[in-house]
Formats: sequence, structure tokens, C-alpha cells
Amino acid sequence: MMNKQQTKNLNEVRAMIQRHKLNDYIFSIIGLLCLMVGLITLLTLFIDLILQGYPKLLSLSFYTDFPSRRASSAGLLSALVGSSLVMLVTFLSAVPMGVMAAIYLEEYAPKNWFSDLIEINVSNLAAVPSIIYGLLALGLFVYILDLGQSIVTAGLTLGLLILPVVIVATRESIRSIPIAIREAAYAVGATKWQVVYDHVIKYSFGGILTGVIIGMARAIGETAPIITIGALTFIAFLPPSPVTTTAPFLNFEWLSSGFTVLPIQMFSWLSRPSEAFHVNAAAAGVIIILVTLIMNGFAIRMRYKMRKNIKW
Amino acid sequence: MNTVTQVLNNSLTPQISDRLSKNFNRHLKERVIEFILMLAAFSAVLTTAAIMGILLYESYGFFEHVSIADFLTDTVWTPLFENPRYGILPLVSGTLTVTGVALLIAIPIGTISAIYLSEFASHRVRETVKPILELLAGVPTIVFGFFALLFITPLLQKIIPGLPTFNMLSSGIVIGIMIIPYIASLSEDAMRAVPMSMREGSYAMGATRFQTAIRVVTPAAISGIVAAYILGISRAIGETMVVAIAAGQQPNLTFNPMDAAATITAYIVQVAMGDLPHGSIGYQSIFAAGLVLMLMTLTLNIIGHITRKRYSERY
Repeated sequence: MMNKQQTKNLNEVRAMIQRHKLNDYIFSIIGLLCLMVGLITLLTLFIDLILQGYPKLLSLSFYTDFPSRRASSAGLLSALVGSSLVMLVTFLSAVPMGVMAAIYLEEYAPKNWFSDLIEINVSNLAAVPSIIYGLLALGLFVYILDLGQSIVTAGLTLGLLILPVVIVATRESIRSIPIAIREAAYAVGATKWQVVYDHVIKYSFGGILTGVIIGMARAIGETAPIITIGALTFIAFLPPSPVTTTAPFLNFEWLSSGFTVLPIQMFSWLSRPSEAFHVNAAAAGVIIILVTLIMNGFAIRMRYKMRKNIKW
Repeated sequence: MNTVTQVLNNSLTPQISDRLSKNFNRHLKERVIEFILMLAAFSAVLTTAAIMGILLYESYGFFEHVSIADFLTDTVWTPLFENPRYGILPLVSGTLTVTGVALLIAIPIGTISAIYLSEFASHRVRETVKPILELLAGVPTIVFGFFALLFITPLLQKIIPGLPTFNMLSSGIVIGIMIIPYIASLSEDAMRAVPMSMREGSYAMGATRFQTAIRVVTPAAISGIVAAYILGISRAIGETMVVAIAAGQQPNLTFNPMDAAATITAYIVQVAMGDLPHGSIGYQSIFAAGLVLMLMTLTLNIIGHITRKRYSERY
């Protein structure tokens, strides 16, 4: 037989359990709502851009016109070409450097202060604000090396900016290759470089590619460093073509040409008071966000698939 | 003995030297490759050195004209005016106000998201939400600037009448949303590093998920969570395009988020957009501002790094 006191206690305990269960429930709802903030922002942002920019997005001339003082006839052509060329320089500078640096740090670097110094610098560079890279480029590339406000300056700046991204992704990918693969290669007499070249690089290729795509997506959308080198100008011409019809078929004049890129064009439209230009800015925003979302989405999906499929 | 060696040598010499020279070439190639790879890795050190070098060199020119005491204590920043004054405080106050607003948004939402993802969410929810957070982190900041100026500000103006078109509130809110993914994913990593046995101990005592999350997992992961906050602050301070577009261009010594004010980064953008002659004091002033920014973020990054190191060694 339970006495009164025990029943009372039991009820109290039950009430307490109820209360705590309710807390759990309430928190899981708050948690879900908090997670939704990101998703909702992303959706609102995208829909808002499309709603504001659709008249321009649908007109073909927007993609084939140069910027103009009149909002109605201003287009993205020079920005599209400029972004592609700058990205080419960024790719060619950041990817080989980043992959080589990562290979050194993972496969070669001895455990000493020198390797530590490099490691600390890589992780520090990843956290340096992008506008600081712009100041570096302004002082070093534009004036000391006298490259001017050109495609090569912008490309190298963004290359430096995404170097840590490429290094970190490549290292992670290399680290996931089991040591047994390397030992098997050494056992048949391969040198270190043969092991790295024939095995390590090949097996980590997928991971390197994801890192490169994420880095390039970041570079396409970067605005601050490019503005800092002083590239916010009115560009109504195209750089000289990199490929020519006459021998030697390649032409490097475009590297020193003035340029504009997508985010810069969007910024210059956005900073005008006229509402008509804001439509152009929104349309440019849709293009930028689509390109980065597709690239990032592809990379994230690829990484996810690799994680699932690879079993050593 | 000698003759034996000689005979051996004589008969084998061609092959041995052949193989030795091949070996030598192989070794040489290996060393050269290693050296090239080392140079590539060393570029990270060179980049840091170049950044510090350029910032210090140009700031040195700036501080030849401006005393450091004035720079740190004067309350007016007008380097491009007739009677220039060089007090960095208004830019710092703008930067801190925007960062403060951003943190008020990002820390609660980011932390709750992290707790939810690590302790409550099912595998499926986690696998769906994390990629979306990553996508959000990949959205270019210029697009967020557009969003702050042409979506959030008009929305806020309906709630708060008299809010100016350029204000630090909307930039702060948007930057806060931008850094949620960083804070959430770094905090979640820290929480998932807490050993399962600690949770099981708590559950065995009859604690609920919420109690376990708040009283066991969060305290155990606290240094990782704090590191996430610090790195978030560092991101918010260095953020440029959102404030350059939506917070205004006028240096203004205020901590009121409803006001318009320039941040350090917005000032750099503003000056870089104009055509200042190389070597002028205005040109040098953006490097001095950049140096302050770099020192602020560097300090935070180092503190964050140390805090994070500590938690990863504990278990």
C-alpha cells in the first residue's frame, strides 16, 4: 500500500517527467526553426532577385550588350568575358601551386619547425579577410610589379585568395588514402615521386576537384579584392582574344587588358541611385548566384557520393 | 683480398657504374621535385610575409605624417577633406556595431542549430540540412549586399519608421545570417567530438536529450564552441561588400545600429573606388586602416586557433 506522501511524490515525478519531455519537444521545434533560417534566407534571396531582375534576364540583348549609361541598353557582355578570363588565370595559378603545396605538406614535409611554420601560415591565410588580399594586390601587383589594373592582376589576386581552399581540400583527400597503397608501391621499388604521381595524385583526384570547384566558385563571386585594385571602371570593350587565327595562334595581350567581372558590374549598377539600374543588378545577381550554387552544389554532391562509394 | 676485389670490380664495373649513374639521376630528380614542391608550399609563408610587408610599408609612410596617438584617439576620420583628421575610432565603432548586431543574430541561431544537428536531428535531417548550410556559406557577399539594401532595409523601414536607407542594422542582420553556417558547423564538429560515453552516462541517470545537450555536451564542447564564435567574429569584422553597399559611407562615431556609418572595410572600398594617386596620404590611409583590420582579425584567429587546439587534445 502506498501512503499519501508516496502518491504525491510519484505524481510530482510524473509531472516533472512530463515537463522535461515538453522541454525536449519545444527545443526540437526551436531547433528546426533555427535551421530553417538559412534555408528561408536562401530561398527569399533567390526569389527576390528573380522577381526584381526577370525583365532583364529574359532579354537576350542583356547578355550581348556592353555596359551603358542607359539602364535599358546596358548588358553583361564585358563582365561575362572578363570573369571567364580572370577565372582562367586564377585556375592556372592556384591549382598547380595548391596541389603541389598540399603534396609537400602531406607526403614530404618532415616534422620540424619549418613545416609547422608553413602549416600555421596556410591556416592563417584561410582566415584573412578578402579585402586584405586586395590591398596586397594593390601594393604588390599593381604598383611594385607594375602589372596595372589588369586581368593578370585580378587573376593572381583571386588565385592567392583560393590557394588555402585548394591546399586544405587536397590535403584532406590525400590523407584519406591508406598507407598500404603507398607501401605496396614502395615494395616494388617505386621512388617517392613515382608513388605520388602514379598513385597519390590519381586516387585523390576527386577530392582535389571538389576543392578546386568550391574555390573557383568563391573566386567568381569575390568583389572586394577586385574593387581594391581599382578595377571599378566603365569597360565597354572586350580584351584582345587569347586565340588568333594566325600563327602562333596564342596571344597574351589580353593578360594586361583592362576588364570588368560579374560582381563588379553588379556592384556598379547597385551603387547607382536610379531604380532602373537595380533591375540590372538583380539580373546580374541571379547569374552570379546560379553559377556559384551550381558549382557548389555539384562539388558538395560529388564529395557526398565519394564518401559513400569509396571503400579501400 | 685486393686482387679479388679488383677482379670483381673489373668484371662488374660497367654494370655497377651504369646502375649507380641511373640511381644518381633518379635521386637527383627526386630531390629536384621535392625542392619544387617545397617552394610551392613555402608560397604560403611568402604570401603572409608579403601581406604584412605591404601593409607595414605603406602604413609607415602614413605614420610619418600622422602620429600614432592621434590615429588611436582622435574621434574624426576625414583623410580626404581639406583639413584632414585621422582618428580611426569612428571606423572601429562602425565595424564593432555591425559585428555586434551580426553576433546577436548568429550566436543564438548558430548555437541552437548546432545543438539540434548534433543531438536531436535524425541522420536524414542532418544529411539534408548540412549541404544547404554549405550552399548558404557559398553565396557571394555582393548578393547579400543587394539583399540587405533592397530587401531587409525596406522591410525594417516598415517596422521602424524613420530608419535611414543606409544603416548598420540591416547589414548586421545579413552578416549575421551569413556567418550562421560557420558557427553552426564548427560548433557541431566540437559537439560531435564529445565521446558517446558521456551522453550515455547522462541518459542512464534519467536525463532527457535537452538536459544532456545543455548540461553535458555543451559544457564539454565549450572551448570548440567559443572558438567557433571567435572565428565568426573575425569573419564579421572582415566582411566588406555588405557594409560597403548597405551601411553607408560616412565615418560616424556611434554605436547605434540605426545610424549609417562606415566600417574599416567600407572605407577601403570607398577610397579604392576613387582615383587616388599612388603614394598620397589618402592612398596610404587605406593601408593603415587595413593594418588595423589585419591585426584585429589576426588576434582573433590566433585566439580561436589556440582555443580549438585545447579542446581537440582533451579527449
